[in-house]
Amino acid sequence: MPVMRDDVVAWLERCAAVLEENRDYLTQLDAAIGDADHGANMDRGFKAFMAKLPSVADKDIGTILKTLGMTLVATVGGAGGPLYGTFFLQLGVKTANKLMLTPEDWTEALEAGINGVIARGQARPGDKTMVDALLPALEAFKEAIRNGDSFGKALQRMAEAAEQGMKATIPMVARKGRASYLGERSAGHQDPGATSSYLILKAAADTWANAT
Amino acid sequence: MKKLINDPMNVVPEALEGMAKAHPDLIKVHFNPNFVYRADAPRPGKVAVISGGGSGHEPMHVGFVGYGMLDAACPGAVFTSPTPDQMYEAAKTVHGGAGILMIVKNYAGDVMNFDMAADLLRGEGFQVESVLIADDVAVESSLYSQGRRGTGTTVLAEKILGAAAERGYDLQRLAALGRRVAENGRSMGMALTSCTVPHVGKPTFELGEDEMEIGIGIHGEPGRYREPLKKADEIVERLMEPILKDLPFKAGDRVICMVNSMGGTPLSELYIVYRKVAEICEKSGIQIVRNLVGAYITSLEMAGTSITLLRADDEMLELWDHPVKTPALRWGM
Repeated sequence: MPVMRDDVVAWLERCAAVLEENRDYLTQLDAAIGDADHGANMDRGFKAFMAKLPSVADKDIGTILKTLGMTLVATVGGAGGPLYGTFFLQLGVKTANKLMLTPEDWTEALEAGINGVIARGQARPGDKTMVDALLPALEAFKEAIRNGDSFGKALQRMAEAAEQGMKATIPMVARKGRASYLGERSAGHQDPGATSSYLILKAAADTWANAT
Repeated sequence: MKKLINDPMNVVPEALEGMAKAHPDLIKVHFNPNFVYRADAPRPGKVAVISGGGSGHEPMHVGFVGYGMLDAACPGAVFTSPTPDQMYEAAKTVHGGAGILMIVKNYAGDVMNFDMAADLLRGEGFQVESVLIADDVAVESSLYSQGRRGTGTTVLAEKILGAAAERGYDLQRLAALGRRVAENGRSMGMALTSCTVPHVGKPTFELGEDEMEIGIGIHGEPGRYREPLKKADEIVERLMEPILKDLPFKAGDRVICMVNSMGGTPLSELYIVYRKVAEICEKSGIQIVRNLVGAYITSLEMAGTSITLLRADDEMLELWDHPVKTPALRWGM
């Protein structure tokens, strides 16, 4: 089975639950090198979306994802709002009018989302940002599909690559965002944005494990 | 935490409600999304000048809404940038048909949220320009960082650009002037104490009784150096040296000087600071032709000061002297 509309809804519900569970963890990561609001901000944004979800859950996937994007933009604030807002808005643009997703649809949507994040935040790989988790994840997914893996298996590869990318931010010196003011002192800490990106992609892999 | 508040979560809306009641002749307040705008907006034919940023820096920006300064200001949560829907709705409310100028401080969140608002507005056919303020010399290397933070020069830019818009500058001319102001302003700040964000409940950083933090931003971010406390004159020298060296300011320059309280420092101490700033400028042949001494861009109740120098030309000075009537800055009318 491809990923159906209800699977997308289940993914976003899982994201909201995972971000609530990890609220304090993300905030602790952010306190070390930023301004200690990432966990609270993401939780607030996804909670606001959960309140709106019943009114769009029977619409197409694009509408659901765009609603999430707009909600995050208006409720998260800081840098996370525009970045995750852009990510889900772009996902929504690529999935407009769709009621299911094939691996090709997911590749195209994820690629557009990541390109949106890069255009908005001007971050490059190695800058110690969410891009360091997202880009390797996309590459791993594409490679797995090329190698003939099932949709679900390829999503697993995607989540593993995101996790490695997240961990790879630990020794990096930040070149974007508030952590960059710390210069060398930002090394030795895992980036909170890369961490939330991993959690969101991991939630997709876990929810859609049986997709084909 | 000891604060004069009702509920930490209601600090921003309750302060806005109070402002609206205190200044009904000057401003109006819109809630959800939150923004403060001129009571007489929109002004047909005038470029709408809007700004915004995290709350906790009052009077900036909401206190600078009114004749001769801002048309609207968008306050975020304390020390958190506002969201695009605030700037979008504010701009549409005050737009007078001549375009929108956004004054943005250089923080990743502020820049992205204002960019998104500008994209939304341009998508609907509005003309939008923005001026980025990045004047804090405490951030040394901009090559590998977000770049310099926007601090004190923002206040001077809002005054000068607000006056220019009032005088009928078109959007392009206003944006060019704004960039010139941004290029010629430099600031640096220091803290004697930390500050407490209401919904966090504990001080952002710990500072000993005999310590000071040099080169702080305006959100209680760590500074450039933590040092034993010194006398005011020595502290001023410590702040003025990197400011003067950076532009650099030279003998013969005319400057607008702001000596600012971070929120908790009394006016008497600010004048002790100004006394030394004036002495250093005199010795360097730099002429302070206008000044502001007071609390204009603060970090909640933090004790400390920041110094801003803006090299001003005749046009900037004439616009500086133009009448202004806002809750926090008034002269000439």
